[in-house]
Amino acid sequence: MIEMQGVYKQYPNGVNAINGINVRINQGEFVYVVGPSGAGKSTFIKMMYREEVPTSGTITMNGVNLAKLKTKKVPIFRRNLGVVFQDFKLLPTLTVYENVAFALEVIEAQPKFIQKRVMEVLDLVGLKNKARMFPSELSGGEQQRVSIARSIVNSPRVVIADEPTGNLDPDTSWEIVKIFEEINARGTTVVMATHNKDIVNTLKHRVIAIEGGKIVRDEQRGEYGYEN
Amino acid sequence: MFVMSKGVSTVMKIRTLGRHTLESLKSLTRNGWMTFASVSAVTVTLILVGVFFAIMMNLNRVAQTIEDDVSIRVYIDVATGKQQEQTLQKEIEAIPEVKSITFSSKEQELKNLVKSMGEEGKTFNLFQQDNPLNDVFIVKTANPTDTMKAANKIQKLNYVGKVRYGKGTVEKMFSFIKASRNVGIVLILGLFFTAIFLISNTIKITIIARRREIKIMRLVGATNSFIRWPFFLEGLWLGILGSILPIILISIAYYRAFDYINPKLTGSFIEILPFNPFVYQLSGILLLMGAIIGVWGSVMSIRKFLKV
Repeated sequence: MIEMQGVYKQYPNGVNAINGINVRINQGEFVYVVGPSGAGKSTFIKMMYREEVPTSGTITMNGVNLAKLKTKKVPIFRRNLGVVFQDFKLLPTLTVYENVAFALEVIEAQPKFIQKRVMEVLDLVGLKNKARMFPSELSGGEQQRVSIARSIVNSPRVVIADEPTGNLDPDTSWEIVKIFEEINARGTTVVMATHNKDIVNTLKHRVIAIEGGKIVRDEQRGEYGYEN
Repeated sequence: MFVMSKGVSTVMKIRTLGRHTLESLKSLTRNGWMTFASVSAVTVTLILVGVFFAIMMNLNRVAQTIEDDVSIRVYIDVATGKQQEQTLQKEIEAIPEVKSITFSSKEQELKNLVKSMGEEGKTFNLFQQDNPLNDVFIVKTANPTDTMKAANKIQKLNYVGKVRYGKGTVEKMFSFIKASRNVGIVLILGLFFTAIFLISNTIKITIIARRREIKIMRLVGATNSFIRWPFFLEGLWLGILGSILPIILISIAYYRAFDYINPKLTGSFIEILPFNPFVYQLSGILLLMGAIIGVWGSVMSIRKFLKV
């Protein structure tokens, strides 16, 4: 469960990115976060994985208050969370297999378990046969699938995706979203910031629209609501 | 330095250390050119440091042997009796700078002279009947640089004929030794810091190139120590790899130089440091320096990227 109460965020340069947000996302939900560029979407998402800290208010995620979490404990917190980015953020010097395994190595899992679990998730995203390749040898869609595999390898309760289809062509975008659907179907909460109108309007889920740092719309099975 | 954050396992598992080692070695090969650049930087600087070190240590050695050899020869007046000689000895011993005093009779002096002249010296044996030489006190000072001071004091004593200590030469030599030592120390220190600067810069570039990686590692939940270990080990390998060539080159060069120089020095009291153990010690120092420079460079460079 994710809960934000009275959250404000002002950047050091004076920009007020978030102006009072109260929201609650239950376990197992699939949520689209939409809104124009520069409306505060990214800050909203970044606060969820503690890349940004709110200026005031509380953010509770899996029972942890992120507003008060010490920097040292951030890595530990992130282990219970999967994050997927627009630019994939894969380690270029590691193979597909190693990139995914890395998330398990940091928690010092048993090597046998790592091997089994990594192959399992690579199978889920359909990249089992490319395990030994390097990210630079893959297409954008494939790289994003690796990054999704890495985000779920720890079996997190929440997966956060910041415009995961932003760099991908329409067909590939659909493949990626279907993987998120499948992850969600297994009980994982998915929060996804997106600009993709087709996806939001076709695969109906809860839609949270942010404008001017506030939630202006929050509907179950909502529409994208903007012209691209 | 590698304190694990609370809440994580406080003792690193051996398996994890193995993982870090493997990871650091992999990184060496995958960052091929950067590895080459760093290793080359270590190699070049360690060769310079090694050569200077070898020269310095030998200069020091020569200086020491010369210093040990400096003594004051006090020629006692020919007319001096045994009683008075003993008084003089006591007076010389009372001078604070004096460490030791040895008596050498004129018979002994003649023998030494004959010996030092070799074949030609035999003619001097004629003087055995009527020895024109003086009895001599050979005085050594505790600190060789006090030689001049002590010599002047002795000169003023009674029954002293001549005082010899290589006036002028000794002073010049001491100032030369002192200057060369200072220059050497400054050079070695300068080189050492240049080396650290050069290498940490090279390593910094390799790490800046991987700043993104470090950020990603943190996003995936890696603790600082988990990120730091492979870099730490990588720095260690870079340093060790960089010290191999200097060690080999300097060992060979020193072996050759020793073979060339040493025969020319036989007979003189000057000697240079023998291959064994000096080269082994020098190799150890270079290896250690390489390791320290490598580790230091990587730890310093990574530090600022971990304050996320």
